[in-house]
Amino acid sequence: MNKLKLTLSLALLTNILSAQSQSSGSNLLFYGIVAVCAVLVIWAMLGLAGNLLKIEASKYGIDPETSNMGVFPGLRDFIKPKRPSFAIGGSFHSLKKGFDISLEGKAEGDVTNAGVSRFAIRPEDFRGMSPIPKVEVELGAEIKAGDVLFYDKKRPEIQYVSPVSGEVVDIRRGEKRSIAEIVILADKEIKYRKVSIPDLHSCERGELVSFMTSNGLWPLINERPFDVVPLLETIPSNIFISTFDTAPLAPDSNVIIAGNEEAFQHGLTVLSKLTTGKVHLGLDARGKTIPSPAFTGASGVEKHWFSGPHPAGNVGVHIHHVSPIKGHNKVWTLGVQEVVTIGKMFITGEYHADRVVALTGAELVSPKYVKTFQGASLGDLLKDNVREENTRVVSGDVLTGKQESLEGFLGFRDDQVTVLKEGNYYEMFGWLLPLAPRPSVSGTIPSYGKDYKFEVDTNTHGEKRAFVVTGQYESVLPMDIYPQHVMKAIITNNIERMEGLGLSELTEEDVALCEFVCTSKNPVQSILRQGLESLKEQS
Amino acid sequence: MGLIDFLKSIEPDKKKSPLLHTAYDAFFTFAYAPDTVTKGGTHIKDGMDLKRLMVTVVIAMQLCYLFGTYNIGHQHFVAAGEYLGFIEGFHLKLAHGLIKLIPIYVVSMAVGLGIEFYFAAKKGHAVEEGYLVTGALIPLIMPPDLPLWILTLSIVFAIIIGKEAFGGTGMNIWNIALLSRVFVFFAYPLTIAGDQCWISGYEKISGGTSVNYGWFHTGFFNTLFEWLGLSTFSTATTVVDGFSGATPLALAYEGGWEKVTSVFSEGQMIWGAIPGSIGETNKVFIVIGALILLLTRVASWRIMVGMLVGLIGTTWILNALGSTPFMTVTWTQHLMMGSFLFAMAFMATDPVTASSTDKGKWIYGILIGFIGIIIRVMNPAYPEGWMLAILLLNTFAPTIDYFVIESNIKKRFSRA
Repeated sequence: MNKLKLTLSLALLTNILSAQSQSSGSNLLFYGIVAVCAVLVIWAMLGLAGNLLKIEASKYGIDPETSNMGVFPGLRDFIKPKRPSFAIGGSFHSLKKGFDISLEGKAEGDVTNAGVSRFAIRPEDFRGMSPIPKVEVELGAEIKAGDVLFYDKKRPEIQYVSPVSGEVVDIRRGEKRSIAEIVILADKEIKYRKVSIPDLHSCERGELVSFMTSNGLWPLINERPFDVVPLLETIPSNIFISTFDTAPLAPDSNVIIAGNEEAFQHGLTVLSKLTTGKVHLGLDARGKTIPSPAFTGASGVEKHWFSGPHPAGNVGVHIHHVSPIKGHNKVWTLGVQEVVTIGKMFITGEYHADRVVALTGAELVSPKYVKTFQGASLGDLLKDNVREENTRVVSGDVLTGKQESLEGFLGFRDDQVTVLKEGNYYEMFGWLLPLAPRPSVSGTIPSYGKDYKFEVDTNTHGEKRAFVVTGQYESVLPMDIYPQHVMKAIITNNIERMEGLGLSELTEEDVALCEFVCTSKNPVQSILRQGLESLKEQS
Repeated sequence: MGLIDFLKSIEPDKKKSPLLHTAYDAFFTFAYAPDTVTKGGTHIKDGMDLKRLMVTVVIAMQLCYLFGTYNIGHQHFVAAGEYLGFIEGFHLKLAHGLIKLIPIYVVSMAVGLGIEFYFAAKKGHAVEEGYLVTGALIPLIMPPDLPLWILTLSIVFAIIIGKEAFGGTGMNIWNIALLSRVFVFFAYPLTIAGDQCWISGYEKISGGTSVNYGWFHTGFFNTLFEWLGLSTFSTATTVVDGFSGATPLALAYEGGWEKVTSVFSEGQMIWGAIPGSIGETNKVFIVIGALILLLTRVASWRIMVGMLVGLIGTTWILNALGSTPFMTVTWTQHLMMGSFLFAMAFMATDPVTASSTDKGKWIYGILIGFIGIIIRVMNPAYPEGWMLAILLLNTFAPTIDYFVIESNIKKRFSRA
C-alpha cells in the first residue's frame, strides 16, 4: 500500500514540477527532475512487483527469508557460498559460526567385536520417567532380546525392552528405592523374540504406533522441545535425522551405516508414516568425507546439506535452518543407529539394538570402533585399553557426555566413549603463561594451526565469575538466537522472554560450545535445562 | 612441589577471618591456576578465563603508560622553556614523570582493590578481576597534578555507587573508570577543566610562576643525579613567559586547524608530545593497543569501527555546514587531537557497559562517535566529548539491546 501511495505522489509531483519549470524556462533542470522522477517511479513499480512476487511465493510455501523471490537481487545472491560438487540435490546451508575442537585419540580402523558380557538399561536415561518404573522381569530370569524390562506407570503402553538375551543378574536401586539400572548378563549367541510385523502399506497410524510402543521402538524417538519420549497421540510436524556428528572425536557415520543401508532406508519409510510433515535428512557437506550412498540416495525424505564447524552436525541447528519449531509444535529427532533398529524390526520382526561405538580419547592405548549393543558395560568395552589411573570415562563426547566410571554403562543413545585425563592439578601462573597447549577460541591463546590435535584434561582453567564478555556465545551458535539473553531470562525466570528468545529451539548439545568457550565458566547447559523444565511446567 | 604446600599451609580460615581469606584467595589464584575440574556439563573448558582477559587489556595499555610517564616530565620542562628537545634531559623528565605517576597508580590500586576485597569478603565470593583493568585505566585518564585525595574520593564514588550498588562486577551500568573521571569533572571542576591542569609541577600556569618541587625532586633524585654526574632539578625554574598550556582542542575551538598547527606540529600530536591526560596523548601507541585488543578478539571490532563511522559521518556533516572554525576541521585532523582513539580502544569497548548484541554494538558505536564529536565541536565549556558520550550511551545500551532483542522475538512469534 505504501509503495502505491509513493507512486501516486511521485506522479503528482512530476506534474507540478513540469508546470513550474515551463514558466521559468530552465530546460536542463526540468529534464533532470523528470529523469530522476522517472527512475523513482520505475524503482517503485519494481519494488511493488517484487513484493507481490514474494507474497505469491509465500502462498506456495516458500520461505521468503531463506530464498530470494523478489525482483531485486539480494546481497546474499552475490556472495553465495560455494556448494561442494558432491552435494547434489536438496538445500545447501553454509554455516560460519561455531568451533571445531580438534582432539587426540580419534577412533580408526575396522569395526571389531567388543566382547562385552554385561549390559544395562537405565530408567534415568529417559527424561521425565517416574523414578520407580514397573519392572517386568525378576532377578535371575532368562530373557530374549526384545523382551520387556520395565515401563512407566504413568504411560504403561510404552515398553522398554532388553537389547540382548541372557540372565537378569542385577536390579540396582538408587536413592529412595528408585530403579537405577537393570543389568543383564548376555548370552554368547543372542536370541531374539520374534513378532509378526504389520503390513506397512495397509496399516493405520494407530496400529503402527501400538506396534512400536509394545516392541521397544518408541523410546528410540526423541521429542523436541524438552527431549522426552513422545506421547502416543503426538503427531510431529517434522522428523529430523542428522547423518553426521561434528562433536569432538565423534564417530564417522559412514562406518556406522556400513552393512545397514537397507535397514536405514526401511526405517525412514516407517518414520515417514508417523508425521504429517516430512522426514528431513541432514547431510555432511564439509567435504572431509563424502557421505555414504545410504544417506545421499535415501528416498522419501528431504535432504539438506550443511557445511561448517561444530555444531553444524547438530540436529537442532538443522531444525532451526530448515523448519524451526513453531508455537506448540513438536519435532522428533533420531540418530542413524536408532533408525536402523526401527528398520530391522520391520524387516525381521526382531529387536536388533546392535551399536557401533567409537572408543576415543588420548588416554586410550588404541582408539577404535567396536560393535556391541545398547547399554554395554564400559569396563568391558575399555578392558586393557586405558593408559592411566587418573582418568575420566565419559559416555558420549567431551562436550555433552555423561561422566561414568569403569563400573558404569553406555548411555541409551550414546555411540561414543571418551577417556581423558583428570585436570586436578595446580598450574603456576597457569592463567598468564599456559604451558601445555589447550584448545581455545580466544586469540590470546596460540592455536597451533588447524591440524594440531590437543591432549585435553578436565581442568576448568579458571574459576566461575559473573557474566562479563558479550557476543562470545553468539559466535559459536549458528542460529538466529541470543543465547546469553536466553540464559539471563532463565536466571530471572522470565518464562515469556525465554519462549520469545527461542529457548524451545535449543537443547544441551546446541549450547555445549557456549559453555566450553565461556570466559566466566558458567554452567550454560544446566541453566538451559532448568529453563526448559520451567517452560515444560508452564505448557 | 614445596612452594604450593607452604602456600596451602598458611591459608587463613574462611569463617574466622573472611577478609583475610578473600585476600589470600585472590593472591593464591593469581599465583596458581586452581585445580578444579569440570563437573556436569562440558568435560573440557576453554583455556581462557577472566584473569587472562583482563591482563590482555592491561598489557595493551602498557605503551601508553610508558609514554605517558615520560610525557608528564616533558610537558613540565616545555612549560619552563628548558630541555625543549624530546629526549633532552631524559633522566629528569622520567624522574618527574615517575614522581607524579607512581602515587596516582598506587592510590588507584590500593583504594580500588581495598574496596573490592571488602565487598568480596562480605558477599562471600572470590575477588572479581574487573578492577585490574579499571584501576589501570584510571591513572591514564587523569591530569598529572590531580590531588590524591580527590582521586581517592572519585574512586570510592565510582566503585561504591557505580558498581557495588548495582550488584558488583558484570552488573554496572556505567564504565567505572569514566565514572571516576566524571566525578572529578563535576565535583572539582577547577582541577580538571581549562588549560591549567595538564602541566604538572607548578602552582599555576602563568609567566614567572616557580616550580613546586618536593623531597623526591630535591632530595632523592637530585642526590642520585649528582652522584651520577647528571644535571639536576633546579628550584629556580619558572614558567616561561607567554606559555599557556593550551591543548590542541582548546586551540581548535579558538581558531580551527590553523591555530592548532601554529603551536603543535602534526607529528607532535600523533606521537603525543602534547599536554593532555596522562595516557591518551600518543596516538601511535594507542593504535598498537587497539590492534592487540582486536587481534586477540578481546574488544569488539564492531564498536570500534562503529565509532569511527560515527566520527567520520558527523565530521562530514559539520564540514559541510562549516559555520565556526572548529567545524571546518576534517576527520583525520580530529583523530590527531584529543582522546578519541583512547576512548575507542579502551573505554567504549568495556563489554559490561556496552551493548551486548552484535547489531546493538554497531548502533552503540556509531552514536558515541556522533554525540562525542557534537560535544567536542559545539560545546564551548569543555572541548572534549568522549567521556560524556560514552556515559550517555552506557545509559542507553540496555535500551538499544532491548529493541534488537524485541525484533528477534517479534520475528519468532510472527513465524508461529
